[in-house]
Amino acid sequence: MNIIVCMKQVVDLEQIRIKTQTREPVMEGLPVMFGDFDKCALEEAVRLKEEHGGKVTAVAAGSAKLKDTIKEALAIGADEAIILTDEAYQGSDTMGSARLLAQVIQKIGDYDLILMGDGSADDYSGEVPPRVAEILDLPQAGFAREIKVVDDALHVTRDLEAAHETIALELPALVSVSTEINTPPLPALTDILKAGRKPLHTWAPDEVGVPDKAGLDPAQIGTNASVVEVLSNLAPVQDRKEIIFEDVEEGLAEITKALESEGVLEQ
Amino acid sequence: MSGILIYSEVKSTFLGLLTRGRALAEALDQPLTAALLGEESAAWAGEALSHGAERVFVGDSPQLDVFQARTYADALAQVAAQAEADIILTGSTLRGRELAPRLTQKLEAGCATDVTDLAVEDRRLITQRRALGGKTLSTEARTSPKQVIAVMPKLYEAEPGGDGTGEIVEIPLELEPSATRLVESKAKPSGGVDIEAAEILIGVGRGFEKEEDLQLAQDLADALGGAVGCTRPLSYDYNWLPDDLTIGLSGKICAPRLYIALGLSGQIQHTVGIMDSDVILAINKEKSAPMFKMSDYGIVGDLYEVVPRLVEKIRGAGN
Repeated sequence: MNIIVCMKQVVDLEQIRIKTQTREPVMEGLPVMFGDFDKCALEEAVRLKEEHGGKVTAVAAGSAKLKDTIKEALAIGADEAIILTDEAYQGSDTMGSARLLAQVIQKIGDYDLILMGDGSADDYSGEVPPRVAEILDLPQAGFAREIKVVDDALHVTRDLEAAHETIALELPALVSVSTEINTPPLPALTDILKAGRKPLHTWAPDEVGVPDKAGLDPAQIGTNASVVEVLSNLAPVQDRKEIIFEDVEEGLAEITKALESEGVLEQ
Repeated sequence: MSGILIYSEVKSTFLGLLTRGRALAEALDQPLTAALLGEESAAWAGEALSHGAERVFVGDSPQLDVFQARTYADALAQVAAQAEADIILTGSTLRGRELAPRLTQKLEAGCATDVTDLAVEDRRLITQRRALGGKTLSTEARTSPKQVIAVMPKLYEAEPGGDGTGEIVEIPLELEPSATRLVESKAKPSGGVDIEAAEILIGVGRGFEKEEDLQLAQDLADALGGAVGCTRPLSYDYNWLPDDLTIGLSGKICAPRLYIALGLSGQIQHTVGIMDSDVILAINKEKSAPMFKMSDYGIVGDLYEVVPRLVEKIRGAGN
């Protein structure tokens, strides 16, 4: 089973500071990484490959730092990786990202399954998997917490609001996974060393594109193709008292008093 | 021609969106229409009219029996074409989160999911959603002629309205085989408690070492007349509590009078679910836990020691 896993390089959310005056997030100089959803998708691909044979190709778009970040994907177990770091791809909205990934997938061509995370760690819009599935005209299933191959079909157990639903999909298909599907182990040192010797390709815009079309249409991807206009992006105002007691005795006495006076405890 | 089309597979969300859609349609001076797909929801057509839809499109096909986003997006695109709708509003349920982007791509439109506010300014549809893992709120508009917006399922309450003179239109759908077969659907066990309605809510996190220890939190909830909810790992991963007690971005968004966080660090994915609480109290042995920064009151201490003492105090205060 040949599997393509799409991953997104994101900034470390835990390290985003909020400017006190303006409530704006400070996005500069943050470390980059792959989100948990993406690593779970990759781990699942590796597991399926070990069971059924085939090949796992990781595809990721992001800044130039991706050359380093992608090594983690190769260490987790991707056989090969294609990274998309060209300036022309930057600033893409979900539509541009989906078009780019779909073009790359079509160029790779030989696949049975596409795996992704349910959402990126940073935006979690969940838009990219259904959009890519639509461009490639594939059946899809999201919120997967279990994937099994049964005869020629893929059985996907979906974690919905009030039910676990198992559906059988004809392949090829696109599946996005939740973080409960597995626990990606930290790569062993030998895997990290091996990762450096695995094939890693950087595809420029003229290399991306389905075989019968020349490269990429710049009007379809990147900042200029974005249809989303962000009017503001600010942290909500949080006005908490932050009265913290390190002495348990004192804390219990003061807090029960305070809760009574705030009217949340009956006196 | 342009207009607003409402669709959701959840009835309360469908009628809530129609209610909000009436105000938006008036502000944009556009007609309001509704789509009902599949046998079960066809019965809602009358209520769609009494909630202000000018035309209700009812479509069914055996291909709609099992949900497959490809098939549903195809069906909804056919309805949108007949309704001449440029704005499609749906619920950001899990299925809605699959359907909306897929339909968007089909229509080459703009999209937003998990929308927490919808408004019209300068004749443009403005949406708000959480971004950066919940750290910020992003206010957005789209420059595309068409847009598909998935709105948080319980954002708007349903209220009948409009002149009720709309019509029901049956629409024939032409759908490809869905390539999807239902193998099994197992209902999840329910916690039997509506944590969104709880006035006092206790949240438990990974600071609890064993499932049995959750009794401590239940004792506190009983003493206060409150309910117990949890972070996602405790339900989805450890199965200690039913999934419907999960608080946070991928669970329930709650706004109790008092929220008590027990042994949880305060990851943003969880805290967006309690941000609007009136008063927040945290108990955690790590002084550096981010939860304290989000709290009105806090005790740095071992919950196994502090919680029984707190229960004692509260029981004492009640006497």
